[in-house]
Amino acid sequence: MSAHAEAAATHEVGSAKLFLQVWAWLLGLTAIEVLLAYLRLHPSLMLTILVGLSLIKSALIISYFMHLRFERLGLFFLIIPALVFCICVMLVVFFPDARRLVDMRPQW
Amino acid sequence: MSHSELEGIVESPWSGGASPFAINSKKLGMWLFIVSDSLTFSALLVSYAYVRLSNPDWPRPFEIWPAIAKSTLMTLILLSSSLTMVMGVSAAHRGDRKKTVRWLLWTMLFGALFVIIHATEWVTLFGEGVTPWSNPWKPMVPLFGGTFFGLTGLHMLHVTIGVVYLGVIAWGFNKGKWTGDHVEVSGLYWHFVDLVWMFIFPMVYLMSVNLKG
Repeated sequence: MSAHAEAAATHEVGSAKLFLQVWAWLLGLTAIEVLLAYLRLHPSLMLTILVGLSLIKSALIISYFMHLRFERLGLFFLIIPALVFCICVMLVVFFPDARRLVDMRPQW
Repeated sequence: MSHSELEGIVESPWSGGASPFAINSKKLGMWLFIVSDSLTFSALLVSYAYVRLSNPDWPRPFEIWPAIAKSTLMTLILLSSSLTMVMGVSAAHRGDRKKTVRWLLWTMLFGALFVIIHATEWVTLFGEGVTPWSNPWKPMVPLFGGTFFGLTGLHMLHVTIGVVYLGVIAWGFNKGKWTGDHVEVSGLYWHFVDLVWMFIFPMVYLMSVNLKG
């Protein structure tokens, strides 16, 4: 975070207007997710879109509601990369294995 | 190294000596707790996805009405509770005691409402014979109950603890026992609980409606 942003953060870490805007965005993204349920998409496409939207929503919550955008960049690097890495490791290990179990089922 | 030199390090512009992140220790502690708790929830979500993907007979019991409508309402409630929480944190930093307590009480009310709606949903499922170890759908996949109730149950526990936590903070802040920093740290926990639901709602509920294929 630049020195300018840091100086701004000490004065203002978000106004009521900003929080209302973020809230409206979160509601809007949720509405899109629910509308998707009516479209009868293919499961993998549906899952991809839903996870994408959820990541945007969590980024909004973490950045503005949890103030991480207004903290030092060091705190971001302490928290986020390790978390993302651990979750990716879980996904890389488990998803191919779940498909393997399906393929191992006797066919009838 | 002399004492004055040490002081120079502590007060240097990068502030690496005393407080590298320029936040208080409570806040850093809560962030570290959130990191570990998000890994707990990630593990539960990944295990849910794992057993679901490996079971072609996985049940999809949640229809648009009433389950999706209900869980959408719960999402709106939780998002709104996050909004009242940030308003409470702003009021606390301004030192407005009355408004802070009022916003925290709204947040607690939304949280309690969430738990009540969630509990009625559970009771309905129990009535249909869906339990953590069995369900009436054929072919029966008992893991559905295990993962569903485990995941949503742990989240519900977090919301319940959050309501109590906010109650204690509101009480202490009103008495002048605690500062705005305490309110902010409790806010971090509350937003995290909201954040977790932003993943449970689409993956457990929305992925359960009738999809193609």
